[in-house]
Amino acid sequence: MGEKESSCVSPAGGPVEPVSGGQNAADGSQLQEEVAGMTARVGQVAPDFEATGYVDGQFKNVKLSDYRGKWVTLCFYPGDFTFV
Amino acid sequence: MAAVAARHDEFESLGVQILAVSADSHFVHKLWQEEELSKMVPDGVPFPLLSDANGQIGRVYGVWEEDAGVNIRGRFLIDPDGVIRAVEILAPPVGRNVSEFVRQIQAFQHVHATGEATPAGWQPGQAALKPGPDLVGKVWQVWKPESRS
Repeated sequence: MGEKESSCVSPAGGPVEPVSGGQNAADGSQLQEEVAGMTARVGQVAPDFEATGYVDGQFKNVKLSDYRGKWVTLCFYPGDFTFV
Repeated sequence: MAAVAARHDEFESLGVQILAVSADSHFVHKLWQEEELSKMVPDGVPFPLLSDANGQIGRVYGVWEEDAGVNIRGRFLIDPDGVIRAVEILAPPVGRNVSEFVRQIQAFQHVHATGEATPAGWQPGQAALKPGPDLVGKVWQVWKPESRS
């Protein structure tokens, strides 16, 4: 699935095009072109993506759609070590 | 993000998973967690810090600042069906108000569970509105605008 546990996880990045049948972008392939017109809007399904992160002391790839069935808050922020 | 982390127990009790996203690499996230966040919040922030190194995710969410190469502060509340329910985007110098965000989560969860609508300033425990023909022209009977105290 979207989460790989490894100390040397291969970086994932970016939007993931919705695909019927579930499995997609297993190689972390980036689909920017296909989703160029896709934007986040209230009342619409949140655009899916996969990103590499630091989670519970591990590097992992995390996919938004892995959290389907839960309330999720996506918090974008300008950068680590900033002041606000 | 530390302000959000400090109140993580509230988000947890509401069943809300926080995902934090910036243009920093996952390596920098690790350093930030170890060097600074863990000193602001016991044990550091208890949610994933995700890397959007080239802004691909931020562009789709309308928060990528091309010139600076960063994502500005934007938060998106997503319901269990994957639908975006609330968005707040702030220019960089102003931080978030976590209390208002918690209130919005409570309101959207109430709406999601009951099909009711919540009037301005609604707080948990207060009456919500049942939309329908009977309510038309009668909102004044059940709700009055808040006045400043």
